[in-house]
Amino acid sequence: MYELINVDKRFPGVHALKAVDFKVNRGEIVGLVGENGAGKSTLMKVIYGSYQPDGGDITIDGTKVRFQNPRQAMDHGIGMVFQEQSLITNLTVMENIFLGFEQQFVSFGVINWRKMADAARAQLAKVKLDIDPSTKTSQLSFAQRQLVELAKVLTLEERIDGDLVILLDEPTSVLASEEVELLFQIVRDLTSRASFIFVSHRMEEVLELSDRIYVMKDGEVVDVVEHDKADKESIQHKMVGREVDKEYYREQKQKPYDGDRVLLSVDGLGFAGRFADVSFDLHAGEVLCLVGTEGSGREAILRTVFGIDRPDTGSVTVKDQKITRFSAQNGVTMGIGYLPRERKVEGIVAGMNVYENMTLSQMGNYASAGILRIGEERALAEDQVARLSIKTPDIFKDCGGLSGGNQQKVVLAKWRSGGSEILLMDHPTRGLDIGAKEDVYDMIREMSDEGVGIILVADTLEEAIGLSHNIIVLKDGEVQKRFTGAPGSKPSLYDLVHHMI
Amino acid sequence: MQGFMTRETLLKWAPVLVLIFLLLVFPIFEMTNAWAKGKEHIYLLDSRFLSIRNLARIAISATPALMVALGVTFIILMGSIDLSMEGTVSVTAVGFAYAFLWLGGTLASWAWLAIPLALLIGAAIGLINGIVHVKLRIPSFMASLAMGFVGTGFALLLTGGDRVRVEDPLFRALLTVRWMNFPIMVYVAAAFLLLMWFIQTRTKLGRNFYAVGGGEELAAASGLNVNRVRILGFMLAGICYGMGGLMAVGKIGIAETVTGANFMFISITAVVVGGTALWGGIGGVLNTLVGVLIVFVINNGMVVIGLPSYIQSAVLGILVIVAVVLSTDRRSVSFVK
Repeated sequence: MYELINVDKRFPGVHALKAVDFKVNRGEIVGLVGENGAGKSTLMKVIYGSYQPDGGDITIDGTKVRFQNPRQAMDHGIGMVFQEQSLITNLTVMENIFLGFEQQFVSFGVINWRKMADAARAQLAKVKLDIDPSTKTSQLSFAQRQLVELAKVLTLEERIDGDLVILLDEPTSVLASEEVELLFQIVRDLTSRASFIFVSHRMEEVLELSDRIYVMKDGEVVDVVEHDKADKESIQHKMVGREVDKEYYREQKQKPYDGDRVLLSVDGLGFAGRFADVSFDLHAGEVLCLVGTEGSGREAILRTVFGIDRPDTGSVTVKDQKITRFSAQNGVTMGIGYLPRERKVEGIVAGMNVYENMTLSQMGNYASAGILRIGEERALAEDQVARLSIKTPDIFKDCGGLSGGNQQKVVLAKWRSGGSEILLMDHPTRGLDIGAKEDVYDMIREMSDEGVGIILVADTLEEAIGLSHNIIVLKDGEVQKRFTGAPGSKPSLYDLVHHMI
Repeated sequence: MQGFMTRETLLKWAPVLVLIFLLLVFPIFEMTNAWAKGKEHIYLLDSRFLSIRNLARIAISATPALMVALGVTFIILMGSIDLSMEGTVSVTAVGFAYAFLWLGGTLASWAWLAIPLALLIGAAIGLINGIVHVKLRIPSFMASLAMGFVGTGFALLLTGGDRVRVEDPLFRALLTVRWMNFPIMVYVAAAFLLLMWFIQTRTKLGRNFYAVGGGEELAAASGLNVNRVRILGFMLAGICYGMGGLMAVGKIGIAETVTGANFMFISITAVVVGGTALWGGIGGVLNTLVGVLIVFVINNGMVVIGLPSYIQSAVLGILVIVAVVLSTDRRSVSFVK
């Protein structure tokens, strides 16, 4: 019924979707699995009209369609239930359900609330949710909100002719297991009204719910598995199934770390709702990778170690000094540097120039009595620009105008020149082109040689395996498995995926 | 040279171009008027607007507002807003006048201490502003607006509605003694502007203002004590308002509750028209100088060519909107790449 034929999508530097064929039949639940970056979210955005494909066709019942925006997709019966819930919490349930479509209840410019409540009740009945439609959304549990969201999408049924296709993006990530069961029951019952596309990191759930499963890798659909023939192991193999290029990740430059010098020690660290009981040591010259799916707690651990978040349990010890004050300021003083994932938000200050960004975390070293020694700042920046071959016309250039790779180099230069011995890197290569990525890999190796300890959340599993001395696999905030990764005896992708999902 | 006249550079220099345009447009108005009256020889040098006397008049009237606008520049650079200037100027002016008279009434005595005292009062009000904003987590515009009203009320309480005259000839020399046709207060203002420029470009504090305004989360993640920077910023602004109060008293020799009136609109207009971005991170005190000059050149020029004052307000209002629209576009350019 709904079909993508040969759909292509390119972004600058990335071929995100490569000739994807995708089909949903009436009343079917289709699963979609793949690693981070395999193209799942791009595919979903094409399906619900947020992206327009560069090539190929979208057809509904054999008729070609083209959506300029999600609203047009909705008019053709495509609805999306968002992972990050899109309900406005200070509005009531019924206002949320009919947001933007209140006109049907308006007479003489006034909303007939009773009529809207009745209509909302009918929608809520479809998802078997028995609540007063005039409840404020903020008073509902997450599971209830998820169902309201589903009810909101189901209003399409009355609004349009034809069949519905509903996308569920990670609908279970915030639900408890009995709530998941309830949601699945409702989804199954609703197949008489709509087809579903189900995206989840939890392999068991996809296997349980889906009639067919699309497996994606590198922007391609590598396999379509029927429910009866699906088994976890083979799907996981298909999701990864490629060899790591040793050269690319500078494996030949990987040297053993100094096992006697512990830079950072984390013991029983826990943060309610994010992660629990995490322990590890970081040594001089070591690259430690935290591996897991989105929301497995990797980023939260980095933020806590740096000091942005205060842990509920456990302790962090930096160079034999136990941390009692958790603040970013204290983290910097202890010699920890942090490369956040959102370079634009937390990495560089756009509007400030290269040398100003480089000394931002260490202005104290370049000032006497509050007055900056700008000459020294500039000398430092000139030196770092030359050493890291940062491509910028001069050090007075606004950092916001540099390319992503060069911005990342500026951030690295900032922490390294400030004497940070521990670096926390969250997706340092995200959004960089290949050349810039290799530069970052080189820099990581060089820093290891100088005795810097690095905790890395890598952009891909290959990157994690290729770069790391040790790997910790996390799932739902808990440590699942530890691997050591000396060159030649590195774990395979499959080993990791197996424990991740 | 390619890319020289980019949109960016054009916008950066737009305030200066506007100022130059204004400095030329008023004499041209004058000339056409003179022409209409049948004068035969018309020279730019004949312009009443461009006469030294008139330029000095513009400089004098702009001086107190420049002091106030410099203070609010730093606050806007941090992405906050401070609306306490009217109350702060009144309190510092009245406080200065009373202390000055009580301590002897002439600069030649201990009464000079009233000057640092006025700046201290300004800093103290700024400190309270900052603490209320940061520690009680109240949006800066609300915290400072409330403090401003408290200040105006306090000034009224002190004076009981009376005017306090400061007639010491030594203090009034700020206005009465002229070097090269400009009174001393203009040179004092210039020196203060230089000091603020030094703070902005050469000190940790100045750099921190830009960091907080350009990316507060990043500044925090780089180990900056953002709260401290904010409070210091409000204190610095308070000192600037104190300078504004002193200049206002120096200008007319009177301190009263309404000494601070009208500073809010004029100073914020000047900062924005000068090209400092309202969300912070872009701009600086030199922009503010240009902005203040634009505002006062318009005021003065319109008087010279004989336009009524309500048109001046309308023109200033439109100028603010144009300035914000232009600078907003600059921001989205850097987003879109």
